[in-house]
Amino acid sequence: MSPTLAIIIRLLAILILMLTNGVMMIYMLRKVLGHLHIRLGPVHVGPYGLLQTPMDVLKLLTKEDITPRAVDKWLFFLAPAVVAVPSLMAYAALPFGDGLAAVGLETGLLFTFAVLSIVPIGILMAGWASANKWSLLGGMRAAAQQIAYEVPLLLSVLPAVMIAGTMSLGGIVEAQSGTWLAVIPRWFITNPLLWPTFLIFAIAGLVELNQTPFDLSEGESEIVAGFASEYSAMKFGLMFLAEFSNQFVLSALGVTLFFGGWMLPWAPMSWYEAVPVLAPAVFITKTYIGIFVMMWIRGTFPRVRIDQLMDLGWKRLIPAALFLIVLTGVIHKVVV
Amino acid sequence: MTQTPGFDYLVVGAFVLFGIFFVAATVAVSNLLSPKGTHPPGMYEPYECGVEPVGPPWVQFRVGYYVYALLFVVFDIETVFLYPWAVAFNKMGAFILVEMVIFIGILAAGLAYAWKEGALKWR
Repeated sequence: MSPTLAIIIRLLAILILMLTNGVMMIYMLRKVLGHLHIRLGPVHVGPYGLLQTPMDVLKLLTKEDITPRAVDKWLFFLAPAVVAVPSLMAYAALPFGDGLAAVGLETGLLFTFAVLSIVPIGILMAGWASANKWSLLGGMRAAAQQIAYEVPLLLSVLPAVMIAGTMSLGGIVEAQSGTWLAVIPRWFITNPLLWPTFLIFAIAGLVELNQTPFDLSEGESEIVAGFASEYSAMKFGLMFLAEFSNQFVLSALGVTLFFGGWMLPWAPMSWYEAVPVLAPAVFITKTYIGIFVMMWIRGTFPRVRIDQLMDLGWKRLIPAALFLIVLTGVIHKVVV
Repeated sequence: MTQTPGFDYLVVGAFVLFGIFFVAATVAVSNLLSPKGTHPPGMYEPYECGVEPVGPPWVQFRVGYYVYALLFVVFDIETVFLYPWAVAFNKMGAFILVEMVIFIGILAAGLAYAWKEGALKWR
């Protein structure tokens, strides 16, 4: 296979996955939130309302794209691209199976975090360019909370990197193969040392994604739709596609780091060789379970205030994450 | 699927270009399909809940945001140093741990100082 063809196949596969995820997750969000609120969610368009989101995509495509008079035109046009392009790139290093990633980067974990950290710049650009006080507030909040929680998010996964001895996402999954005492799968989540690590990762991840209870940057009951207030048609669509796809990427990172990635518990390697779609299917299923938990949290918790949010990040999670790194180090060098 | 590292970064570059192309294409298609030229009064005004905007849109915001941004730079650089250390952790002796405890200690002292001086207080 020629290299050009290989690159094109990867790009198209990832793009199709991203778009499918967007449509699937919006439908899933409506259904899950609906049932949590004891109502049905979409039911009218197609069987079980399945065609609701594809129709919504069509609607967004045919809506008039309004550019308000006062906006900063360049930034207003660039912002959706700065949000959407990194979220496509963030899929690149995800390991969907043994060696099955678009790019098998040695620095996969750092690459994914680095790419995701470009998103707040786009959100800040969108908030600033919109020439709207709600948008500006939303953009500033998004930037503040995302940079505040970037640090605990990056620090929290270090104990897992220390144990695995690699930053490559495929390598981290391999480090979780086998079992403890021939029964418990050797996933990092079964290691009690990494439980607080996972907790910090989960909280910081939710903040990074602007997910409820940390959706201060949108805060629809306070500042309309935050940074997205002035966006319409497909520019709005792209920003939301990026938001949902980042949710998938972060859930996939959690699965990779703590829940054994594409591996089933106790399954021998020959299974994955016999059925090539098994590994990606397991990986995506686990990721969707993570997404379901996020939606469950979204439907259950009220929004926090920004001073509470900042205190939790800087005064609790960062010291805790630093302490956990030292603790993991001491236990591995001194005790074991 | 393992090829040379150069190939990997070529794919990453292709992702950037393809992403830009995808964004441009969707916005272009949307522009082709959407209606244009409706100008009801107020349609192109900023949306601030139906009230006419008062004053310039780029208002002053809290200085606290800058303080957090400065702290962030310090700690983000720190994490960049910690990642290679974590990768090499298993392959090295106990001295690597001592070194990192000193490094983390200095940073923790810095965080404690900022905390004491009130830089972490939202105001």
